Amino acid sequence: MIDTKHIGYKLAPHTVDVEKGQLRLFAKAVGETNPIYLDEIAARDAGHAALPAPPTFAFSLNLMNPNPFEFLDLLGVDLSRILHGEQAFRYHAPIYAGDTITIEGEITDIYDKKGGALEFVVQEFVATNQDGTRVVEMSNTTVVRNPAGGDA
Amino acid sequence: MTSIPTEAGACLPSLTNEPISRTTLALFAGGSGDHNPIHIDLDFARQAGMEDVFAHGMLSMAFLGQALTSWCPQADIRSFSARFVAITHVGEQITCSGKVKERFEESGEQRVRLDLWAVNADGDVKLLGDAVVAVE
Repeated sequence: MIDTKHIGYKLAPHTVDVEKGQLRLFAKAVGETNPIYLDEIAARDAGHAALPAPPTFAFSLNLMNPNPFEFLDLLGVDLSRILHGEQAFRYHAPIYAGDTITIEGEITDIYDKKGGALEFVVQEFVATNQDGTRVVEMSNTTVVRNPAGGDA
Repeated sequence: MTSIPTEAGACLPSLTNEPISRTTLALFAGGSGDHNPIHIDLDFARQAGMEDVFAHGMLSMAFLGQALTSWCPQADIRSFSARFVAITHVGEQITCSGKVKERFEESGEQRVRLDLWAVNADGDVKLLGDAVVAVE
């Protein structure tokens, strides 16, 4: 079982540049057709400062971190045992290509279901841009599979 | 201006993406920064007890996000969340849909809460979500 003493653990903050090539690859991967996510001129014509990051991209910025699975190392969980359980975003301001985003996070809950066969780790993150504006808050719930039925 | 209807029960136009291929998963691993090999490396997936690689949950959530931004400007979205109900497999085709649950006032603006869902071609639910969107 994952030790609940890790609730409250503050993850190492990290800072990441929002690159337009990355945004375009994301858009291509999901089959985006809305030109404001693909074409800077279309984005500007629609009133955006630059290419906007789509609604779930902050999750990706959080992974663009030298050690995106830091919490798994901390908790002693193998990458092959995790699934994504839930994901939530609360939006405060847009994220654009060219922004520099700093993300701070904390493990806020650890609990289990089905007699320990499934464990849940909740992390909350706050993302702030280069002007100090809070852009988005995220809550990530990771599911850890324990095929042996707990005690893994 | 948003085109989202505001009466409870109103349905939003569904969005069906291309079927998910292994190429989709490779591109999304690069595009999304999620390099977990369970989505792109068959050997790793099998060692982890899976029959095959499977789609990133966030790929289907990105599809839901695309549906959302086809219904309203992104700047109107106040919150967006999803629960990953079932694994999405290679070859499946995801359709995203939404419905107005309620209209309410919050923080001095009119908002609607949308129920969202993503299903495969057989109608099996993969994601359940909701979003709060500002309306006129």
